[in-house]
Amino acid sequence: MTVHVTSPKFKDNAHRALQDEQLQKAMGNVRQGFIDRRAAVAAKLPEFEALRDSARDIKNHTLQHLDLYLEQYERRVTAAGGHVHWARTADEARRAILDICKRVGARTVTKGKSMISEEIGLNAALEAANIRPVETDLGEYIIQLRGEIPSHIIAPAVHLNATQVESDFRRVHTHLDPQRDLSQPVQLLTEARGVLRDRFLAADVGITGANFLIAETGTSVIVTNEGNGDLTQTMPKVHIVIASIEKVVPTLEDVSQILRVLARSATGQEMSVYTTFSTGPRRPEDVDGPEEYHVVILDNGRSSMLGTTFQDMLRCIRCGACMNHCPVYHAVGGHAYGWVYPGPMGAVLSPSLIGVDKAGHLPNASTFCGRCESVCPVRIPLPKLMRHWREREFERHLQPATFRSGLGFWAYFAKRPRLYRLATSVAMRGLAWLGRDKGRFKTLPLAGGWTDFRDFPAPQGATFQDQWKSRRAGGAK
Amino acid sequence: MLETPSAVPSSARPQRPRVGLFVTCLVDLMRPSVGFAAVKLLEDAGCVVEVPRQTCCGQPAFNSGDRDTARALAEQAIEAFAPYDYVVAPSGSCAGQIKAHYPELFAGDPNIARKADALAAKTYELVSFLVDVMGVTEVDARFDGTVTYHDSCSGLRELGVKRQPRQLLATVEGLTLTEMKENEVCCGFGGTFAVKYGEISNSIVEKKTENIVASGAHTLLAGDLGCLMNMAGKLSREGQPVEVRHVAEVLAGMTDEPPIGAPAPGK
Repeated sequence: MTVHVTSPKFKDNAHRALQDEQLQKAMGNVRQGFIDRRAAVAAKLPEFEALRDSARDIKNHTLQHLDLYLEQYERRVTAAGGHVHWARTADEARRAILDICKRVGARTVTKGKSMISEEIGLNAALEAANIRPVETDLGEYIIQLRGEIPSHIIAPAVHLNATQVESDFRRVHTHLDPQRDLSQPVQLLTEARGVLRDRFLAADVGITGANFLIAETGTSVIVTNEGNGDLTQTMPKVHIVIASIEKVVPTLEDVSQILRVLARSATGQEMSVYTTFSTGPRRPEDVDGPEEYHVVILDNGRSSMLGTTFQDMLRCIRCGACMNHCPVYHAVGGHAYGWVYPGPMGAVLSPSLIGVDKAGHLPNASTFCGRCESVCPVRIPLPKLMRHWREREFERHLQPATFRSGLGFWAYFAKRPRLYRLATSVAMRGLAWLGRDKGRFKTLPLAGGWTDFRDFPAPQGATFQDQWKSRRAGGAK
Repeated sequence: MLETPSAVPSSARPQRPRVGLFVTCLVDLMRPSVGFAAVKLLEDAGCVVEVPRQTCCGQPAFNSGDRDTARALAEQAIEAFAPYDYVVAPSGSCAGQIKAHYPELFAGDPNIARKADALAAKTYELVSFLVDVMGVTEVDARFDGTVTYHDSCSGLRELGVKRQPRQLLATVEGLTLTEMKENEVCCGFGGTFAVKYGEISNSIVEKKTENIVASGAHTLLAGDLGCLMNMAGKLSREGQPVEVRHVAEVLAGMTDEPPIGAPAPGK
């Protein structure tokens, strides 16, 4: 594991996030922008819901025949003059990439945005080998300067504001005039573009992720808004694509279907600004393109999800809609989740990849409001999958002992209706008597998680079942 | 997600259906007046209401990963409510547990699965049952004031409860409904979540109370007592004068009891 995992300390992370005023302000912007734009663009497309079904079905079909499509993809890449490298683990993926970089004597590597790169901790590995990785997606560039991991899978720097970015640029871009004006976002953008332009020209290798790998053509597809991905993959002599096994889809037609829900779900765009298809290295008649084209295909635990209840998670197309609509994500931001993938998709995926013993908080830290599932473009039943993780934790006794014994105590009564009625009847009368003056409690024993933050309303007194029985007995309705 | 169900044709249901009231633990223990409001609404709609001995639908166990307890409690409910034409709960969350999750709990057990499916098919959330099954179009109630309505998550997203409460509230004399911003966003309750992750739950309910107060409404209504206790507890902790009630109390015209978390008059 190269990315430091802080998921076991989720509660502490969340506490810090909730105290962080700047972060809270930034998350307020997420709460609105993404949601409104998605709703507007989905409403404009009558077949949007049908397209979600179609996207789900395409991914399900692919996952049922994943081995066949991956092999077909490899054959097509090879036929186009490219190379496929299979990586079972993060370590194998890093080594495959480092071997290529070392062989061509790379000093500088430009990178398009890739969550797989984050997952395998690629930048640290490159730096350790004296190769300079340069993130070229603006958000990724900013968090690279800050030594952070993304807080959102499509908007990595969404937790930051312009003032923070300005001070990072002044700290790092020391070759520029210290008196320059960076008060406008467009000035920050222009500066980053200028700095990155030189890097593109100097890069020996370009590494991108892939939104899709197309089996019938051996093509990798990236979806971007800044054009940095195209410069990353066409300018250097070597292009390396890093993608996980579930990115493969059978045909171009399938990709064009899924693209119609991807950007709409992600940013509320009908299409992203750039959708770029790459097939093999430069051909003799091409005006540009890399001389070598490599694809590193990562498993890292995903194949063990196949055939299990978690297979549904492998449909994910990384749009981020689930986190954009998640009240818990809105409250604590992405870093609190403690590893690469935040929000509801992370709460299901992370336990699969790093272990439920480490990521156990994540599937528990959900209200099960279901909004993530209601917007997922490939209809992943995220709450159900989080619940399955809770079941695994329960089976393995991973939840806190106090929670477990509390649940057991309650279940003992709930499974004995007569005893339950007797016990609750006494308890509620007592509680109602104690709360009779205020109608609520400011503190209650064992309920600090509730009463530290809000009052607990007092019960009315006799239970409904008691009152119903006595009314019936008394001849009243 | 379920489509919003359309009204059941009156020929497809019994003249005076026997309804088993699934009163829900929270209403049973905390606020029985909601149960009696539900009984009145159902009887006014022509139902015969009965209340078999019951405890909990099992959702807390189910959502905590304890499938064995969830199954045991589900079997208890399946048995208790088998005799009725319909089962109605004044809660989208508990009705959702029965309707959406009982079949899943017994998917591998054909004997019980059949009964679980049968129970799921005849179980409804109270207000959507009145409108969609019983064809109720208006209620005989008066409530003077401005209310705002929070769409509780399970009712909204598992059962399609959205227009039905608004449709009936529009027929309450003296009542004005003013919608709050983000009325479909979770209040942060989430059952045991509210206690296990109290600090996060608090941050979510703070945003909710901000929207409630900004709506200018005097009274907050919703169809689930868990959410209502969470929002009422936060509003009173913040010292906000907004009153909180279950929507059934207002629809039944039974608002003599003090609002949720408020003292009895004179106290």
